[in-house]
Amino acid sequence: MGSLQLRHVDAGSCNGCEIEIASVFGPVYDAERFGTRLVASPRHADGVLVTGPVTRNMAVPLKKTVEATPQPRVVIAVGDCAHDCGVFRGGYGVVGSVNDVVPVDVSIPGCPPHPTAIIEALRGITRR
Amino acid sequence: MSTISHVIGTGISSAVQVAVVAVGGPVLVGVMRKVRCRLEGRVGPPVLQPLVDIRKLFRKQRFRPDQATWIFTLAPVMLVATVVVAAAITPLVTTHPALRASSDLFVLVYLLLVGSTLLALAGLDAGTAFGGMGSSRAVTIGALAEPALLVTILALSTTAHSSNLPAIVSAILAHPESVATPQRLFALGALLIVIVAESGRLPVDNPATHLELTMVHEAMILEYAGPDLALVTVGEAMRLTLLLGIFVNLVAPWGVATSTSVSGVVVGLASVVAKVAVVGVFLAVFEVFIAKVRLFRVPELLAGAFVLALLGVVSGLVAK
Repeated sequence: MGSLQLRHVDAGSCNGCEIEIASVFGPVYDAERFGTRLVASPRHADGVLVTGPVTRNMAVPLKKTVEATPQPRVVIAVGDCAHDCGVFRGGYGVVGSVNDVVPVDVSIPGCPPHPTAIIEALRGITRR
Repeated sequence: MSTISHVIGTGISSAVQVAVVAVGGPVLVGVMRKVRCRLEGRVGPPVLQPLVDIRKLFRKQRFRPDQATWIFTLAPVMLVATVVVAAAITPLVTTHPALRASSDLFVLVYLLLVGSTLLALAGLDAGTAFGGMGSSRAVTIGALAEPALLVTILALSTTAHSSNLPAIVSAILAHPESVATPQRLFALGALLIVIVAESGRLPVDNPATHLELTMVHEAMILEYAGPDLALVTVGEAMRLTLLLGIFVNLVAPWGVATSTSVSGVVVGLASVVAKVAVVGVFLAVFEVFIAKVRLFRVPELLAGAFVLALLGVVSGLVAK
């Protein structure tokens, strides 16, 4: 592929993963080197970067965002919460993990995942 | 016989111009991004990344909002088509492109305006809140840039007694002593401000922003996806390159071919690429050190451009 535009969706994260994602695209880790970029609209994106357990309020917006992303697309679950709800498992506001709402292609473990782990996963997709 | 070879020569020169703008546009955007990233202490994406992105977009699914009409479909095509026509008839590589008599500054300005107007309508057509906001802002900036641009054309055309672009460029080539008259310097300063405003660069619009409330151009194209988005991206990159190409050939026309001979076109091609690259890098460096101005201060900036252009006209009249 060599080019991956990502739309980030916070489905109910504690913002730990957001800080790591911000640093992935910051000057130190600079994921733009590998052809990845954050974009402002799911229409422009090739992938959706989902963080956090999916809360009741965000289940429908998450589904709609993924549906609005043109094919071929990937859904990337970032962090333990996105994978299996993490410490929020069983919470009254939590619908479930990302995979319970939309099909996940790539999962990045960690609470929060290290920027290098996120970059490794992204490079696996762009093959660069 | 000579007329036929002349027609073929101008046709080939125009094709070369369109090709260099079409390929050079995304590359120029890549170069400008690379320069900015380097100065920000980052490595940044490869220079050819925009071309890779565009190739990928052409292979993606086409997505159109349910409420959108034919305007939404037409706008990207027209944006590219108008820039292609404009690139074919402007003196970028040679002062003898096809349809030389039509290569008027007024024609070019309104040709490019057709594309941007349709894009603004397409922003409204998609029916989203941000699209309409982006269109309203883009049209506001465009309407404010318009008077400055028209007075600039007036100031530039008095030297050659014509608003025909090849004639203006040829006049400077024939009279090198008139290259740095106050009239031209004021007008070219105004032209640069208008180009920056029209192509959505800092300080008028930030092409790298992801905050919907600060967007101007990107808010209009939020609903485009796949091949449509690829066309919009190509069209925008081509327009920036074309405007800078016209600018550099008005500032320093040396190198541009005065015929359609092969050697002349090759030299003209190399010189216009080098000149646009220099101005592009200069703009990118400039962008690192400035912030976007507030939307309500953009009129002041464009009023400044208008005053510069007016000073150009006045100083031209006084000097006579």
